[in-house]
Amino acid sequence: MAEIKTKGEMLFNRGAILAVVVALIIMLTPIYWIAATSFKARNLATTIPPTVVFEPTLAPFAKLFTKRSQLREPVAPEVYEAAPWWEKLIYDGGEQVVRNKKTNEPTSSGFGNRYMNSLIVSIISTFLAVSMGTLTAYGFSRFRVPGEQDWLFFILSTRMLPPVVVAIPMFLMYRAVGLHDTHIGLIILYTAFNLSFAVWIMKGFIDEIPREYEEAALVDGYTRMEAFFKIVLPEALTGIAATAVFCFITAWNEYAFALMMTSKNAQTAPPYIPSQVGSGLSDWTVIASGAFLFLVPVAIFTFLLRNHLLRGMSFGAIRK
Amino acid sequence: MARIELNGITKSFGAQRALKGLDLVVEDGEFFVLLGRTGAGKTTTLRVIAGLEKPDTGSVSIGNRDVGGWTAAERDVALVLQQYSLYPRLTVRGNLEFPLRSKVRRQSEEEIARRVDRAAKTLQITHLLDRKVERLSGGEMQRVSIGRAIVRQPSVFLMDEPLSALDAKLRESLRVELKKLHAELGATFLFVTHDQVEAMSMGDKIGVLQSGRLVQVGTPSEIYERPLNTFVARSVGSPPMNLIEGRLGAGGAEIGGYSLPVSAAALGARAVTFGVRPENVVLAGGAPAEARVFDIEDQGVIKILAMDMGDTRLHVTVPAGTRVARDEVVRFGWKPERVLTFDPASGVNLALG
Ligand SMILES: Nc1ncnc2c1ncn2[C@@H]1O[C@H](COP(=O)(O)OP(=O)(O)OP(=O)(O)O)[C@@H](O)[C@H]1O
Ligand SMILES: [Mg+2]
Repeated sequence: MAEIKTKGEMLFNRGAILAVVVALIIMLTPIYWIAATSFKARNLATTIPPTVVFEPTLAPFAKLFTKRSQLREPVAPEVYEAAPWWEKLIYDGGEQVVRNKKTNEPTSSGFGNRYMNSLIVSIISTFLAVSMGTLTAYGFSRFRVPGEQDWLFFILSTRMLPPVVVAIPMFLMYRAVGLHDTHIGLIILYTAFNLSFAVWIMKGFIDEIPREYEEAALVDGYTRMEAFFKIVLPEALTGIAATAVFCFITAWNEYAFALMMTSKNAQTAPPYIPSQVGSGLSDWTVIASGAFLFLVPVAIFTFLLRNHLLRGMSFGAIRK
Repeated sequence: MARIELNGITKSFGAQRALKGLDLVVEDGEFFVLLGRTGAGKTTTLRVIAGLEKPDTGSVSIGNRDVGGWTAAERDVALVLQQYSLYPRLTVRGNLEFPLRSKVRRQSEEEIARRVDRAAKTLQITHLLDRKVERLSGGEMQRVSIGRAIVRQPSVFLMDEPLSALDAKLRESLRVELKKLHAELGATFLFVTHDQVEAMSMGDKIGVLQSGRLVQVGTPSEIYERPLNTFVARSVGSPPMNLIEGRLGAGGAEIGGYSLPVSAAALGARAVTFGVRPENVVLAGGAPAEARVFDIEDQGVIKILAMDMGDTRLHVTVPAGTRVARDEVVRFGWKPERVLTFDPASGVNLALG
């Protein structure tokens, strides 16, 4: 059947589309800016007015991963010819890669390691928080827990203190037990931080799953655990996806604890990027390329789970 | 052999006492219908038997073995629910196979296929086998849930109002199918309903449940003709039995200033509540009592009259051909041998003690 729309409705629809477009432009501009800057040559990054049409270069990324110093004098042509493509880009910018005196290996800037640290810490802590949160939520949802409301409140109350307040005691404790600057230390921290949230969201989702499903499985000869994995988990997938995205973003973006609790070994990317904004001349293209790479995992993760997320959101909106 | 026996089952949810000392015996191979209003404890009873709920006190035995410590999986009962009965995300076939793939009941692939096919044929759902359960109609869903119960070949079927969400026609046809199924399988069926028509038409035996207690157990005709009290009397029959306050005197029943004959045993003169089913009230010209017709409902084969005798509203069924008009004053009597007497205070049937 064709829908019949009044004039007013059509006007309203056009207005809505316009509003969405404007909002999108406002929200996407910074992302465009970072993405564009991370492919610009250094001298184009800070022009006024901004350069919109330019020849993209990977130089910022080459610089991002290496330690460099200023070239005193132009590089010899045979050295330049022998260099790999990424080193040429650095020479082009009037810089050279700092090489190890003994092995002559190029020195890394440390960004790669930190990026890996971020991935390791965020993925593992997200996995832990979501799996423990789901099991805990299931317990709260399905069994009579004495003092259930109090427990749930207690779990949530761990999120009521601003993290800064506990930072110093945590720092001292971590140093005392040797968790300072370790992956495990950060993983524990982020898991604990996200767990309360995961329990609350997952409880909401699991409460919506009729318990008749699992009970039928119990009667059909399955154990409680089997019923959980075969029946409840697939039904809770939407909620799990939403929770995972949230936990991942929280862990991935976390700055304050990462700065304080880690130094060399386990430091994640967030404290690194601003550390490149020096007091003197900053290479904004390098900072932008770091920020751009930093955005990628969240974008991929969210994109992969988008269907679940959409369903998760509308589900909550309709029911509540 | 799967005789079900419940002894002194109590179950409370917080302050809410769902079952209060329930005793129930369902013989092997019997089609037992548990009839009760909403909140009477029907679902709770089934859940206790299935092992999904642990009773506070009392014992449950299936096949003469105490199953108190057994898990739901070990009890070998099948449960069919009113709703949410199918596993979402699976096809119909997936649902039917599900119980046969559990550890306790694991079957060979050929056996699974054979049983699924046979169940599907029995319930005429073969054409639905590859459909996702979200796309089934209510009636199809219930067939599939019954199918999922029968593939397991359990010794006990527990059914919690499996038909109540369906429309009247479908309900009727599934009623017949369930009875047929029961006859074929010879298993013990415990069927729960709040619908007295379902109870009367399906049960070998009916148990009437009232607020967590079993009030009376009997065949449908026993329940219908010899109810233990006014509660049971009004639980079955449509329209329900007329209950009329009156006195038993020397001349018979005295109601609303009229005197009607009774064949009730000599109880002496006393106040009683007379119970008479609508079909046992007779309209006749010279009959002893008088009432004004308030409403007429023509059901085709019969007419149901609502009439007022003083402040007492009576329901009467008469042949459809009976000529009667609204607001007409009619004379009526009753079949004396069909009139029951109840104690006005306790509601107990005086003839049954
Ligand atoms: N999990 C529970 N928590 C609290 N109270 C409950 C629970 N289950 C049942 N009850 C209460 O126990 C009583 C009996 O419930 P039950 O579900 O057995 O009734 P029923 O006869 O099946 O009713 P219906 O016809 O509405 O399904 C009701 O008063 C109900 O509110
Ligand atoms: Mg119920």
